[in-house]
Amino acid sequence: MPTFLQEASHKRQALLDILFRNLTRLAAFTVLALLGAIIASLIVGSMPAIHAFGFGFITSSEWNPVTDQYGAWIPIVGTLITSGIALLIAIPVSFGIAVFLTELSPRWLRRPLGIAVELLAGIPSIIYGMWGLFVFAPLFADHVEPWLNDHIGTWPLLGPFFSGPPMGIGMLTAGIILSIMVIPFIASVMRDVFDVVPPMLKESAYGLGATTWEVMRNVVLPYTKIGVVGGIMLGLGRALGETMAVTFVIGNAHELNKSLLMPGNSISSALANEFTEAVGELYTSSLIELGLILFFITFVVLSLARLMLFKLAKSEGRGA
Amino acid sequence: MHAETATPNPKLIVKDLNFFYGKERALKDINLTIPEKMVTAFIGPSGCGKSTLLRTFNRMYQLYPKQSATGEVLLDGQNLLDKKQDLNMLRAKIGMVFQKPTPFPMSIYDNIAFGVKLYEKLSRNEMDERVEWTLKKAALWNEVKDKLKQSGTGLSGGQQQRLCIARAIAVKPQVLLLDEPTSALDPISTANIEKLVDELKQDFTIVIVTHNMQQAARISDFTAYMYLGELIEFGDTSTVFTNPKRKETEDYITGRFG
Repeated sequence: MPTFLQEASHKRQALLDILFRNLTRLAAFTVLALLGAIIASLIVGSMPAIHAFGFGFITSSEWNPVTDQYGAWIPIVGTLITSGIALLIAIPVSFGIAVFLTELSPRWLRRPLGIAVELLAGIPSIIYGMWGLFVFAPLFADHVEPWLNDHIGTWPLLGPFFSGPPMGIGMLTAGIILSIMVIPFIASVMRDVFDVVPPMLKESAYGLGATTWEVMRNVVLPYTKIGVVGGIMLGLGRALGETMAVTFVIGNAHELNKSLLMPGNSISSALANEFTEAVGELYTSSLIELGLILFFITFVVLSLARLMLFKLAKSEGRGA
Repeated sequence: MHAETATPNPKLIVKDLNFFYGKERALKDINLTIPEKMVTAFIGPSGCGKSTLLRTFNRMYQLYPKQSATGEVLLDGQNLLDKKQDLNMLRAKIGMVFQKPTPFPMSIYDNIAFGVKLYEKLSRNEMDERVEWTLKKAALWNEVKDKLKQSGTGLSGGQQQRLCIARAIAVKPQVLLLDEPTSALDPISTANIEKLVDELKQDFTIVIVTHNMQQAARISDFTAYMYLGELIEFGDTSTVFTNPKRKETEDYITGRFG
């Protein structure tokens, strides 16, 4: 090839490279711009409510469209409690699934079980909601809630949380359905990070005479903690924002009850239920502010997780 | 360094040992006696079964399905392969160190204390003493005494491997299995480990698998040459290296093959 042609092709390649680089940059910055735009529109939309109620919006448990008085306390609590219940159930179960799949399960069972867990993640949330309302809630009301009332309901401290009419729907049901929904996420992340632990590291612990539990607890879990916390956060993110399934089973009542068997409300199900009937600027604006709060909660949770990991890494003196 | 003593006490006796990966027979009728408080080296080309043989001594293979062993491995007369043998107690008596340093993701102190806590209930003071004793034994104390609370993963490769040796001897085992312990280390760290092995044989029976024939010649009292799952020759290291009985051994150690 003559030199001038070669030079031309070099130039063309350089040009293409620049183009490519700028395209990827554009894609990355679009995400940032979108995020900013969404936050901005949420803030603008909730301005009337912020003006009307101020900070009291968060702490007030009043929610009355007739008198145009709105407060976010009940849905905030509902969101946090249902997500908390979901994690409380999902973390140990997911850990069990992951340990079984990586350490204990016979080889032929691993793939089918792993695929089943992943399929669980693929079920649309509305199906969880329907199943929760039509199948799970009646069963729960007939068999589990009376038992809870009779046994745990009589305990001095925990009792009030587990006593109440056995209706089937309520905060506890929502939390349990949520836990089923987040288990596949947490379990598959845990399994993936457990799988990459060097066999030699595990053998070192087994070689000292540790049991499977001791190896998982003291070696595998610390080795994979970043991934594990990441998986839990993924699940928590899903639980905080989950709308459809929760709306079906939480009861959608603007009430604050000590009992977990009573209906309540979460931010996302309040939004889903009430947007269609929200008339008047203040009502709509209050709902948008609820959305902003949900955004904020998710953001804070993710930041706290990051901070926790950072502190953990520091206290271990990694890289010192 | 080499054993010219008459008959050392046998520590481990291997009788008619066969090992299978599924249907494939990886060890063929191994018979071998490993003497107490000496260094025994397993040498041979890759895939000859030397690591497999080592891993039968603490039944590490049991972690994996389809691996099995037949025959006997006697530790002080007790058959380790006996199903009734408590696996965790067995592994407390037989420590192991691997090809690559594998410090646990915890502090240097906890790396040592981890194994000890599995078997003994020690007070804070006793544990401190044990950690110090162990790290001194492993020739690591002076380098880490000021940073016991720091992560074990922050040490250099050679220090990490000595930490792993320390971790293994912290539970006061009788036998120490070293599976190519210096294959991932630089020459200086390797020399340190070899020196350490030479000191440790006062207290422990040591079995070392190595790719490096010079290393076997330098540090071992007895040498076993293996090929394709068979034990070709076993004896006094100086005899095996200077006057091998079998032609296969001679070919391997003179570098004509392998």
